[in-house]
Amino acid sequence: MSVMQVSALQPGQVIYQLRGVRYRYHGRHLALDGIDLEISHGEQIALLGANGSGKSTLLKLLDGLLAPEEGYMRALGRDIKAVAAGQETFTFHRQVGLVFQDPDVQLFSATVFDDVAFGPLQLGLPREEVKRRSQEALELMEITHLADRAPFELSGGEKKRAAIASVLSLQPEVILLDEPTASLDPRTKWVLVNLIRRLGEQGKTIVTATHELEIVPLIARRVLVLGEERRILADGQPEEILRDRALLVRANLIHPQLHRSWLLTLESETEPQAPSDAPASSF
Amino acid sequence: MSLRAGDQLGEPTRAGDSPERLALSRQERRQLRHQLGWVEQTLAGVTEAIERAVFTEEHARSPGWLQGLDPRVKLGMFVVTVLAASLSHSLLALLLLYGALLLAARASLLPFDFFVRRVWLGIPFFAGIVILPSIFFTSGGPRLFELVIGPLHLGPTPASLLGAAVFVMRVGDAVSLAVLLILTTRWADLLKSLQVLRVPQIFILLLSMTYRYIFLFLHTVNGFFEARKSRTVGLTSGSEQRTWIVAALVTLMNRSFQMSNEVYAAMCARGFTGTIRTYSDYRLRTGDVLAFLGTALLAIGLFFLGRVIV
Ligand SMILES: Nc1ncnc2c1ncn2[C@@H]1O[C@H](COP(=O)(O)OP(=O)(O)OP(=O)(O)O)[C@@H](O)[C@H]1O
Ligand SMILES: [Mg+2]
Repeated sequence: MSVMQVSALQPGQVIYQLRGVRYRYHGRHLALDGIDLEISHGEQIALLGANGSGKSTLLKLLDGLLAPEEGYMRALGRDIKAVAAGQETFTFHRQVGLVFQDPDVQLFSATVFDDVAFGPLQLGLPREEVKRRSQEALELMEITHLADRAPFELSGGEKKRAAIASVLSLQPEVILLDEPTASLDPRTKWVLVNLIRRLGEQGKTIVTATHELEIVPLIARRVLVLGEERRILADGQPEEILRDRALLVRANLIHPQLHRSWLLTLESETEPQAPSDAPASSF
Repeated sequence: MSLRAGDQLGEPTRAGDSPERLALSRQERRQLRHQLGWVEQTLAGVTEAIERAVFTEEHARSPGWLQGLDPRVKLGMFVVTVLAASLSHSLLALLLLYGALLLAARASLLPFDFFVRRVWLGIPFFAGIVILPSIFFTSGGPRLFELVIGPLHLGPTPASLLGAAVFVMRVGDAVSLAVLLILTTRWADLLKSLQVLRVPQIFILLLSMTYRYIFLFLHTVNGFFEARKSRTVGLTSGSEQRTWIVAALVTLMNRSFQMSNEVYAAMCARGFTGTIRTYSDYRLRTGDVLAFLGTALLAIGLFFLGRVIV
């Protein structure tokens, strides 16, 4: 099918290049300031940051929905400003999919099925293929039974699952997820974590913005931390970043009072001998 | 007659619910009525009903007669019939047409009172206001009775009454037709058939975004009512309510506007370029052709009936 063939991305090829990227909403509210970043195809990245640190904004930039106000940015071999202005958006969005933080925004059709089928239909795929892909995406998110329901009648977590399915049905090469596990129950969260891993093994690029530190090592091999000053504070492997207590506190990702047990596990992992002399004081 | 919009509009849409949900929502609604004043009651009822009835497309998805027709054909049937109704001057023809519409509604599994009540409650009421002066300000002809207000002699004549009846009936027919078309056709299919009729792309895009906007607006309104309900302790006074509603409306417009921008972005993010594509796969079948021919004949018949009998 000719529709499907868009210049394939090579594994390891640099697909995003950002230099000194700055973004303000309405020319006033600063959301990102001086972002330098490179992403290669096939990377699984977790994007961490406190509320308002610009995670969603960065994902929208990566999806070509917003254009940086200042700085250099290329995505999948295109100038992102041109994509945001409407050039080649169609081919671009065939390769990049974004799950929005607010599922209400993303579900706009009369039924869940229509929403999941929306993307494949826009691609101009034949009816059978649209149906197959939609069904597959519904099954992946375990919401086949909700196919005929109206999206706004669903629970928060069900909406989130439908929103994720509506992007999966597009089968993009680059998947951007904005807090996908928020408001999911543990089993669904686990399903999603496994799905992200599986997609990663298939060689897709996945960027996940999240607040949930415990899933980070499971879904990412690289971690980006956005600081409250709207810059990238750290960029590294999950193990090193999640153990850097000072960094996590500074980026407002953990709070010394709230995350005592988390810090304990960290310490016990860094110093393997610790358990014998440190009493299990948290009980 | 006590006109409680919440009741009138709320009832029919409950039909599709499962029994447990139905019982629950009824109870909730009763509680809600207790807590909110009548303005809010009415608004809450109306918005909820519209949201459920229109946006779930529950009637458009039931296996009725009109639902099975090609939307392009349906649009054609609609245009032809509306033309016939607006050109006809015969009360009999318009009444016959209404009878035909009722049959079509029945064949399309629309709940009877839903269809009839919704049309006749609102619109002819407004049509009546428009037409009222022309009933009484008559010249010539025998008046049925006469009102004398100062220098004015007012009174209806048989001709003015008939004219009014024809007008109201015509509006009723036209509105029923529109309701029939909208309720039995999925929105995306309707937009797609406009595309076939060569309605400009930008107009269709505008329509589809308006629809999303209205949806978000209603959705936000419902959210507001819920949020307010949860924060309301005790009864509120009328003036308090009005202040709240005005303030809420402004916020609502802003918020739903911003959300519809986001929705548009989300549509673009999934490859939307302005062309409406739908999953439904319509092909012209004999049934469609027959339905269209039948409607065309009916329309022509009604038109000539209007010429023959008054
Ligand atoms: N539509 C908007 N208009 C104006 N300012 C905005 C808008 N959206 C976001 N902002 C501002 O931009 C900054 C970054 O917002 P963003 O949504 O990217 O944060 P985030 O990291 O996703 O936060 P959260 O964890 O709460 O989702 C915030 O200070 C926010 O107030
Ligand atoms: Mg966010």
